[in-house]
Amino acid sequence: MSDAPAQDGAAPLLRTEGLTRHFRIGGALSRRTLHAVDDVSLDIGDREIVALAGESGSGKSTIARLLAKLYKPTSGEIYFQGQPVSQLRSRADTLRYTGLVPMVFQDPFSSINPVLRISHGVLRGLKLHRPELSAEQRRAEAERVFEVVGLAPAAEVLQRYPHELSGGQRQRVGFAQALALRPKLILADEPVSMLDVSIRIGLLNLMARLRDEEGVSILYITHDIASARYIADRLIVMYAGQIAESGPVEEVLGAPKHPYTQLLLSAVPDPRAPLDVTAETDRGEPPRVIDPVPGCRFRWRCPLAIDQCHQATPELAELGPEHAAACFVAQAGADVKAF
Amino acid sequence: MDRGTVRAVEDVSFDLDPGEFIGVVGESGCGKSTLLFAIAQLLAPPAEITGGSVTFAGRSLVGLTDRQLAAVRWKDLSVVMQSAMNALNPVKSIGSQFKDAMRAHGVTSKSEVAERSAEVLRMVGIDPVHLKSYPFQLSGGMRQRSMIAMAMLFTPDLVIMDEPTSALDVVAQRSLMVQIKELQQRLGFAIIFVTHDMSLVSHFSDRLMVMYAGQVAEFGPTREVFDAPRHPYSIGLLDAFPSIRGPRLPLTGIPGAPPDLARPPAGCRFAPRCPQVMDECRATPPELYEAGPVQVRCLLHSPDHRPDQNLRNGTPPPGSAAGSVSTVAAGGGAAGSVATEEGSADE
Repeated sequence: MSDAPAQDGAAPLLRTEGLTRHFRIGGALSRRTLHAVDDVSLDIGDREIVALAGESGSGKSTIARLLAKLYKPTSGEIYFQGQPVSQLRSRADTLRYTGLVPMVFQDPFSSINPVLRISHGVLRGLKLHRPELSAEQRRAEAERVFEVVGLAPAAEVLQRYPHELSGGQRQRVGFAQALALRPKLILADEPVSMLDVSIRIGLLNLMARLRDEEGVSILYITHDIASARYIADRLIVMYAGQIAESGPVEEVLGAPKHPYTQLLLSAVPDPRAPLDVTAETDRGEPPRVIDPVPGCRFRWRCPLAIDQCHQATPELAELGPEHAAACFVAQAGADVKAF
Repeated sequence: MDRGTVRAVEDVSFDLDPGEFIGVVGESGCGKSTLLFAIAQLLAPPAEITGGSVTFAGRSLVGLTDRQLAAVRWKDLSVVMQSAMNALNPVKSIGSQFKDAMRAHGVTSKSEVAERSAEVLRMVGIDPVHLKSYPFQLSGGMRQRSMIAMAMLFTPDLVIMDEPTSALDVVAQRSLMVQIKELQQRLGFAIIFVTHDMSLVSHFSDRLMVMYAGQVAEFGPTREVFDAPRHPYSIGLLDAFPSIRGPRLPLTGIPGAPPDLARPPAGCRFAPRCPQVMDECRATPPELYEAGPVQVRCLLHSPDHRPDQNLRNGTPPPGSAAGSVSTVAAGGGAAGSVATEEGSADE
């Protein structure tokens, strides 16, 4: 990738346009296609935490993998600092991109090699992505990022083996490894969902600090709306491979426009609130989007569905400042109260 | 690498009434699953119950032979495991697994098996055509529902659930919780429900047990524990959930990690992480003290504790014999008996 800095203020750090990924399923002769991600256009700014929320099968992890270049898009394009990512050809360009946009995985127990010292992963990343550093500088940099993520004393932690660390510490190692590459955007796929409740907050606070102090943007993929609200600046709600609603997190959660967002919110257990047992007809079965016909993908679960929802697929449209929803009923100006 | 004996569960006593719903919450490694396995007599070597008793409907479960246990399992007491994908046999249809369970208890009539299987499946909201389905053909929610249906085959007195909803999305999770509660109210069985997510049971359990490092930290009526948590660990756990309503407040969680149970701290096991720790906490292991309607293992609630006076050498705890306890009591059937004794499960 050529060294083009972001056009000041103009281009977002990362932008996708009509990003789509389909998977052929079934046997060799099968023509059936699973639409994991369909026509997703989103952007992520500098120093911003964007939460991508949705149930399993909604396509949120597929998006992370597309952005990490682990999958090729079926169609659509990803622009990073204004440059189309599909144009990256050389190994050096790809390495540079993956260093600027690293990924932190969900499972801290299987994402670190158990037979090598903790230092192995971070030093290897440094050697690969920052070859200009000497061995001594690599070690110093490793210690610096370990201190940043709260793994102190860094020199000692680096010498340990993965089994000597707790789940929370291992996940911090994941963030340290990403941070060592001097990233602009960290793709964090459910980074806290396997951790105990009492230590999740520490990791969330760490992510907020990386944004505030290190200037890193984070795509935070989660099914936990409450944690999204806790750290994110903006929230994107996915349903069945498409964006249902997006906007500033307080806007979306304070005045959700899409019936699915409302369902999601109503289902979050809140020990401080009395149990609301009104919306209990929904079984919560996510759809598998195989060879979809036109129509809103939420219509089968939506109590407000109208004829139009069965005939056409709603597009995302702005309903408030930066707040958009893909729902015909909401777009018609109705006060949506589905759940 | 022999790390010696780990007391995974120590000194847990409780009674469970017929039709009651008890939630057990705690972090990984706190002993909640070991407790549940000890109750269900499912501990596999080297884990064993080293003391205490489990009395179910007036009958001790500890020391029963496999054959005796087999007669009780599914019929009077069933267990729903965390991962239905692993708990169900992947190469057998749902219906044939139901049939196996019924046959093992002497129900051999084809029509009776078919009828009851369809009935329990309908009970959890699944179309009986899925008796012919294999586990991989069902969604995660449907698999968990069919596990619960299987547990209902004989309308047991007690259903033990180990995180049955943890693999599900929040909407499916809530729908399943509501369904479990409905079934319980309709059929009257008792539930012991283990979860790491305190908020999940907040609206469903009658009583809540908070476990920490193998011990009961706090135990009492669910609403009481939520509205007025007394143990600093319960307080920290509750404060670790960001809210989706109200102001966005910075949270801290609970710094540190649970102790290594092969070498537990000398005093209170939560002392190293406790924001309210006092000098005596590091030397004196707290007992379970009565504090209003709840039991709390915290010296702040000891009858000897005077708030203004943190004595360096606090009085030794009154008669804290090492008696560990484990327990269980399930009110079975009409007799609704329950019992408790001492015991601990070592691993």
